[in-house]
Amino acid sequence: MSEAEKKQEFNITIYTENQIGLLSRIAIIFTRRKINIDSLNTSPSEIDSIHRFNIVINEYEEVVRKLTRQIEKQVEVLKAYYHTNEDVIWQELALYKVSTDVIAEKVSVERLLRENGARAVVIRKDYTVFETTGHREETDNLISILQPYGLIEFVRSARVAIIKDSEGFNSKLREFERLEPGEEVIENEYLNQGEKVFTM
Amino acid sequence: MEVAQDTLTAPAAAETVNVSGSVALLEALIAEGTDTIFGYPGGAIMPIYDALFDYNDKLNHILVRHEQGGIHAGQGYARTSGKVGVVFATSGPGATNLVTGLADAQIDSTPLVCITGQVFAHLLGTDAFQETDVINITTPVTKWNYQITDATEIPEVIAKAFYIARSGRPGPVLIDITKNAQIQLFDFAGYKPCDHIRSYRPKPIVRPQYIQQAAELINSAQKPFILFGQGVILGGAEQEFKAFVEKSGIPAAWTVLGAGAIPSDHPLNVGMLGMHGNYGPNVLTNECDVLIAIGMRFDDRVTGRLDKYAKQAKVVHLDIDPAEIDKNVKSTVPVWGDCKETLPLLTKAIEKKEHIEWLAKFNDYTRQEVEAVIHNELNPTTPEMTMGEVIKQLNEITKGEAVIVTDVGQHQMVACRYAKFNNTRSNVTSGGLGTMGFALPAAIGAKFGAQDRTVVAIIGDGGFQMTCQELGTIMQSGIDVKIIILNNRFLGMVRQWQELFNQRRYSFVDIQSPDFVALAAAYRIPGKLVDDRADLTAALNEMLNTPGSFLLEIMVTKENNVFPMVPQGCSVSEIRLK
Repeated sequence: MSEAEKKQEFNITIYTENQIGLLSRIAIIFTRRKINIDSLNTSPSEIDSIHRFNIVINEYEEVVRKLTRQIEKQVEVLKAYYHTNEDVIWQELALYKVSTDVIAEKVSVERLLRENGARAVVIRKDYTVFETTGHREETDNLISILQPYGLIEFVRSARVAIIKDSEGFNSKLREFERLEPGEEVIENEYLNQGEKVFTM
Repeated sequence: MEVAQDTLTAPAAAETVNVSGSVALLEALIAEGTDTIFGYPGGAIMPIYDALFDYNDKLNHILVRHEQGGIHAGQGYARTSGKVGVVFATSGPGATNLVTGLADAQIDSTPLVCITGQVFAHLLGTDAFQETDVINITTPVTKWNYQITDATEIPEVIAKAFYIARSGRPGPVLIDITKNAQIQLFDFAGYKPCDHIRSYRPKPIVRPQYIQQAAELINSAQKPFILFGQGVILGGAEQEFKAFVEKSGIPAAWTVLGAGAIPSDHPLNVGMLGMHGNYGPNVLTNECDVLIAIGMRFDDRVTGRLDKYAKQAKVVHLDIDPAEIDKNVKSTVPVWGDCKETLPLLTKAIEKKEHIEWLAKFNDYTRQEVEAVIHNELNPTTPEMTMGEVIKQLNEITKGEAVIVTDVGQHQMVACRYAKFNNTRSNVTSGGLGTMGFALPAAIGAKFGAQDRTVVAIIGDGGFQMTCQELGTIMQSGIDVKIIILNNRFLGMVRQWQELFNQRRYSFVDIQSPDFVALAAAYRIPGKLVDDRADLTAALNEMLNTPGSFLLEIMVTKENNVFPMVPQGCSVSEIRLK
């Protein structure tokens, strides 16, 4: 089976207008096809007024390409890209709440936390909250480490990802604002086949 | 001094008018060229209807009997006129009744602007009387939707709505307007149509290199085959398409929605594609070497089993919607763009050719189909009439000049197969969604959209009963629609499948009908029932010659099957003649 035919994690990056209802319009593109969204983050982008979605799904590239096209077809979507994990720099943030007594009593816990790059965010008499940022395996790893010591609460954020080969959206947006955008903006994947960045 | 400067930079008083949101909406509709609105009033849209009272001379509002009828009428209007259909409905149930029509318009790319009333903004989310989350309900079935809660948004949003509905691949747009915004007074600075939205690209840029690659494939093809869909009609590219077909000499077959893009009797028009399409176009899809798909989307009813569909062929796909390219069938050359622009470029780049032997193959399959299916369907020897012979008689009288509106089921397939179309925008049917109940209201709209043409609705006994209340709309508006009910006393298509695939277990397909002629009479619509072949031609003539609407109920064979047929899950080349 070739690489392209395997299911794998894809990072979908969507530049959109900041419009009420758009989240739902994008989400139903996945739900209609019974595709689970593993992670979804919306945030501002490098451009004022332009929003950025980061969506992670585990799928075949063929499916991801079709989904990306359906997303880009939405009126308020400026551009949608998809990338494998190798093509992006990505991070997730996790918070862990553990009993302060346990930390205080067991020196090994503090060492483990340090080794895993965790940082105390809040220290109270009754509990302490640690934070780590990193890839899924790293944040997952700390869960299993803390579990024997009574992990009280755990939460992980959605993934945020920066596209390695992207030059940002500023120049593209200026093109979009023109009546007749240039070809480099209205590109399609056929013209970009040789490039590292998959784009619509 | 400061005061004086302010008055200079502010818009001159004469340029703005203090109007309600409702008036601004109606002014916007007029500015967009709307002449007809299909609608139904209710509490949350009353301010708009109050304003409409004063616009009677500019906007012809047709009071329908159900909002579903309203939206199908809007679709029929859009399909024959090429303009954007406009529909009004109130909040809650009024709006939810639009959903079927929105889904139908979405899948068949029909441009609509639907205006729904909504409860006051301060009541949103309180489960107020007749409040429904219309935006979320309609999101999957609209090209775009938007809720207006402030009247000042109305001019700009309506401009966007029309632009989005009609540009690119057309589709339905729904604008939900809260009651306070309808009432609110604001300074209306005039209407400015929209021609650009930065996040929306209606047409991909045409790439000369793809035109060149496509032309090379076409020029070197021995057995090329054209499949065309509604994209040709929506793009207004009928002439450009005809020029392409004639210069290339390539046989061309149509999807249900593409019917009429070139005349039925054009020598290179080889017939209909798909499940109940013609024999040759289906079988030869799997023999051609280059498949040129124009403005069509390879629906499963067209392709049959995908992994056995045209695998031997190189595929050139012309489409305005990039999401359609490679969605179902992988293309060798994707010609993205509006076919009105791409077709002339392609025509210029190809060599003039004839494919005599290849075309003869289609004609040979046609002969086989005539022998096995068509002859008996059109010239039955049974005492009972067939649907096909009715269509044949109708063709002989209308000479292919009528607009044919069909519902969904056996009669639809028979009508599409056998009706003659000389003109574009003549075949109005629910293709993608398969909405029973579509035809009667759509025919009303079709007539409003093409008032100088004869509009004939062909409907089954089942589908007619889904929206037959629209006879009231016909009565009140005085519109001239010729209605043919092909009554086989069955839900025929489901019955056919039960016969072929469920061992004749006829589960709930035996449908009883009222006296349709008496029903029409109750609405003051003249009608007639025909159950004898000898009366058919005279009855059709009477229907067509009677001024105003007319309902003709024709009794046809109970258990007739539509053939040829590509059974579900089979390849197009496994098409059955019986």
